[in-house]
Amino acid sequence: MAATPNAVQRLNALAGDGVQRVYALAMNALGLIMEPAQKLLGVRRMAYLFVLPNLLVFAIFILFPMLLNVYYAMTEGGNLYPQDRPFVGTANFERLYTCTDYGDPNTCLEDRFWRAARNTGVFVFFQVSGMVLVSLITSMVLNRKIVARGFFRSVYFYPVLLSPVVVALIWKWILQRDGVLNAILVGVGLDPINFMLDGTWAMTWVILVSIWAHMGFYTLILLAGLQSIPAELYDAGAIDGTSTTQAFRHITLPLLMPTMMVVLVLSLIRAVQMFDEVFVLTGGGPGSATMLMVQYIYMTGFGTQNPRFGMAAAASVTLGAVLLVATLLQLRVGRGSERHLA
Amino acid sequence: MFHRRSLATLFATLLVGLLVGSALAQVELRMTWYDDGAEGVVMREILDRFEAANPDVKVVMDTVPYSSGILESLPLQLASGQGPDIARVTNLGGLSQYYLDLRPYLSDPGYWDENFGPFLDWMRPAGSSAIPGFMTQLTVTGPFINATLFEQAGIPVPEGPTSWVEWAAVTRQVAAATGTPFAMVMDRTGHRLAGPAISQGAQFLDADGRPAIDDPGMRYMMQLMIDWHADGTMNPDVWIGSAGSYAAGNEFFVNAQVVLYMSGSWQVGQFTNLIGDAFDWVVVPNPCGPAACTGMPGGAGVVAIADTDHPAEVARVMEFIAQEENLAEFYGRSLFIPGHLGLASSGVDFATDSPLAAAALTAFSQQVPLLHPTAYAMQAYPFNFVVFNAIRDRLTQVYVGELTLDQALERIQADIDEALREAGAN
Amino acid sequence: MTAVGRFLTRRQNDGRQGARRWTVADVLTYGYLIAGVLIMFGPVAWLVLSSFKTQANLLEFPPTLLPLAQQTAEVDGYPNPLPLFDVAFEDGGVARLAQVRRVGLQAQMVDPADPGEIVRVAIDQRTPVRVFRLATENYTESFSRFNFATYLRNSVIVTVGATLITLIINSMAAFALSKYRFRGRNAIFLVIIATLMIPISVILVPVYLVITQVGWINSLWGVIIPGAATPTGVFLLRQYMLTIPDELLDSGRIDGASEWRIYWQIVLPLAAPALAVLAIFSVMWRWNDFLWPLIVLTRSEFFTLQVGLNAFQGELNVQWHYVLAMTVLTLLPITVVFSLLQRFITTGIASTGVKG
Repeated sequence: MAATPNAVQRLNALAGDGVQRVYALAMNALGLIMEPAQKLLGVRRMAYLFVLPNLLVFAIFILFPMLLNVYYAMTEGGNLYPQDRPFVGTANFERLYTCTDYGDPNTCLEDRFWRAARNTGVFVFFQVSGMVLVSLITSMVLNRKIVARGFFRSVYFYPVLLSPVVVALIWKWILQRDGVLNAILVGVGLDPINFMLDGTWAMTWVILVSIWAHMGFYTLILLAGLQSIPAELYDAGAIDGTSTTQAFRHITLPLLMPTMMVVLVLSLIRAVQMFDEVFVLTGGGPGSATMLMVQYIYMTGFGTQNPRFGMAAAASVTLGAVLLVATLLQLRVGRGSERHLA
Repeated sequence: MFHRRSLATLFATLLVGLLVGSALAQVELRMTWYDDGAEGVVMREILDRFEAANPDVKVVMDTVPYSSGILESLPLQLASGQGPDIARVTNLGGLSQYYLDLRPYLSDPGYWDENFGPFLDWMRPAGSSAIPGFMTQLTVTGPFINATLFEQAGIPVPEGPTSWVEWAAVTRQVAAATGTPFAMVMDRTGHRLAGPAISQGAQFLDADGRPAIDDPGMRYMMQLMIDWHADGTMNPDVWIGSAGSYAAGNEFFVNAQVVLYMSGSWQVGQFTNLIGDAFDWVVVPNPCGPAACTGMPGGAGVVAIADTDHPAEVARVMEFIAQEENLAEFYGRSLFIPGHLGLASSGVDFATDSPLAAAALTAFSQQVPLLHPTAYAMQAYPFNFVVFNAIRDRLTQVYVGELTLDQALERIQADIDEALREAGAN
Repeated sequence: MTAVGRFLTRRQNDGRQGARRWTVADVLTYGYLIAGVLIMFGPVAWLVLSSFKTQANLLEFPPTLLPLAQQTAEVDGYPNPLPLFDVAFEDGGVARLAQVRRVGLQAQMVDPADPGEIVRVAIDQRTPVRVFRLATENYTESFSRFNFATYLRNSVIVTVGATLITLIINSMAAFALSKYRFRGRNAIFLVIIATLMIPISVILVPVYLVITQVGWINSLWGVIIPGAATPTGVFLLRQYMLTIPDELLDSGRIDGASEWRIYWQIVLPLAAPALAVLAIFSVMWRWNDFLWPLIVLTRSEFFTLQVGLNAFQGELNVQWHYVLAMTVLTLLPITVVFSLLQRFITTGIASTGVKG
């Protein structure tokens, strides 16, 4: 994993020159379009030209499909093309929200949707809080005066590179009835546990595995936050006789808050979008104990021999609306912390 | 960051792609395929022989993952007219609207009617006389037992007509005597459950041919499954431990962790490799109920796709593969039960030197005449996947306590009705 | 408690003690780090070891740590090598014999040194002799059935192409959104924020329809372009660029630089850490992407590695030994890139975090 610093420096020196030349060449080439455009449009309107490529791709491949999705949500049937699909208004939404008792998914027409909603809530809450806690502890350990910090930093980051399918496969083998973990449990004199047959255990492992896979990224962000806290603050605290726990509470935590917000927002986004890892690890089971929202939508509209595009679209529109509100709320909070940072 | 060589490669590849794409002299046909073992290699050799004899046609096999490729992506591609020319599929009836009728292009349609007749009904709407393709394999479900464990336990293997309850009792005894963790295991699919249920009198389809699940036979079999999962007769890892999709119990059988494994004929090939000499594995006849002693037929077929630009060439390829000697080679080397009536009666020379495998394939072939008409009707029913998946997922919810049996039966019917309504099959 | 507290606040440049002694906090620290190495690397090491197991060894319960295979011996008079077993006789003696065949509960065995005489042994008295052996055939056989070079080329084109395009268009948009005031700016930014959380798996079918209309089925463009306008990328870069002082841009303008030149000569180099984060994200996403390429690309000459390796998953049988071997191979390039660039990547991520 760790290339020697010398090798890296030599590589960087060698590559650096070449990369810069290619970079300048490519950018000058693009400038042949952009610079005449500036003469034509003026400085002010250049902003539109800068936004244009991204906006085009965004509009065609994200925004338009999303609007199409809203239309799908108001149609039914097995036909793929929107013009062939009978319009049914809000029928899909009505079906989706029909429950006699919202506390009990079994009383809902689309029971799996409500189970998935509840599971997603549990998953997001525990996964995000666990992620923040584990990343915080790890970043603090890495921030101590330790040997081979670069090596340890890479160790915690490495699983971030693995594909979700690989992550799930690895852990499936570790957790199965006669997997490595049970072999260890038996080895230390405990009874083996069949983790994948119990809803609570399965959800616990789904959360732990996703923390395992992504914590490296957040650890690095928090580590940087910690390293930016001036040492003098702690020295001043030491003279005043503040205890170390007090120093953590009154110096480290408040100054780390803005970084924590970044970690919170990013990990929240990832947690809500979680799908492949959980799907390959448990399939949403046992029963439907770990079926998350994105999986419900995927299984309803795509991963089945009888796709119900309309119902899947109605569920995703619902998810989108909830997420939009959550994002806007976060932004409000985030703006507060940005001011704090400045 | 901006690397000159990768950019150059990018452009070069795109350029080459364009040139190749426009300079095609011969007809290129695409065949979407999936592999359970090495049968793709055998098919490729047959296609190579076809290409040697027909230099104007080239057939490219695109091998994709079964579940995400064949089951999920292919229907979308077919619906948008982006499908291949030929495909290997298992949802035979469900995709029949996309198949090409080869009849007008075949030189001898009689050969197809004669040898593939009953299976063609699985691929075409009722009453149609279309010839969409042929079966790459016919499967029959049935139980395997670990005979060595019976011998160790000193318990004789039950002979003659037996019931599932008897098998459960005797395999429990064997498991207890030999320290085997579980008596039985069944693949996680409604298709495997269907044979035992039909034997108990489950009808599946009502007089109008619409699915009707809740009857005494189905209830009886489901209750047995629920009891077996509750009392530890069945290994729970397969049905409970893997949700959302098909799961096989073969690992447990291969490792001698169960006495009886309810699966089907396609396991023979891999058991020959995986079990080797570790124990004797034997196929026993499907247990009986009041209605029958049946398993389920099934299988995969190669079908021609109607969207193709070259129907005549597709027919030539299909006709070549479907020749008796080519199919004999394919079934024989892949250890598949032939889906060709001529070969089924004359017998295929299976390429195995394992007496266990040969005996197992014979035993499965003998099950074919015992299959119940309801089993055939379900296999031919275009929405059978919908029915089997609903049974699988809802029954699992009963095992883990999310639903009661009554609720599950209600949900199964509701799931099926909703799916049929969306599909416009009402 | 104080030890824990000190542990929590101790900092890297906390060198006041002079000669260091091992404290409770140190023990905790290194204990945590070593446990971390085991937990983070152990599962990956397990994957690599497993990829060298035979198909039968792989499915074995309980799993063996190392790839094992039964030892065989050439015995005179038998054409094929015979498997070796250690046999414990009832009189307490132990011998290493080769098995000729097994009949029911009895095994017929011979002494390899003296193959004339057949010994009958109860099967529970023998244990197989197994030796460490790497099943390299998992790699060689899957290579012969798997067009690795083609898939690798496609994966590289998709990953590199998509990452370059993503970096350029996202940073251009972020530049405009952070450094210009123009009509519609807030609207554009809001829409991008609104879509930040929507995963593509949720709008798979509509995006597929758009791709069919554009005509990008079976074209690598169909995989490269749709994911290029990442909301996350625009968001990340914009937040970072907000911290670049406007005076730098103004002084550039006074020197007569065009807006384009200001973008690529002043702003982009300063935003390098954020670009590095986006680059590593993009590389990971694209290299590991499976479902989307599978839907868009139906012809095997366009398959990427992830699509190709999953083709070993059949209807009724998954050929795990091949899947694992190919998985390890797809991990190799990304591991090599990471270990060469890890310093750059980790410090890059670190510095965006602060400004983010």
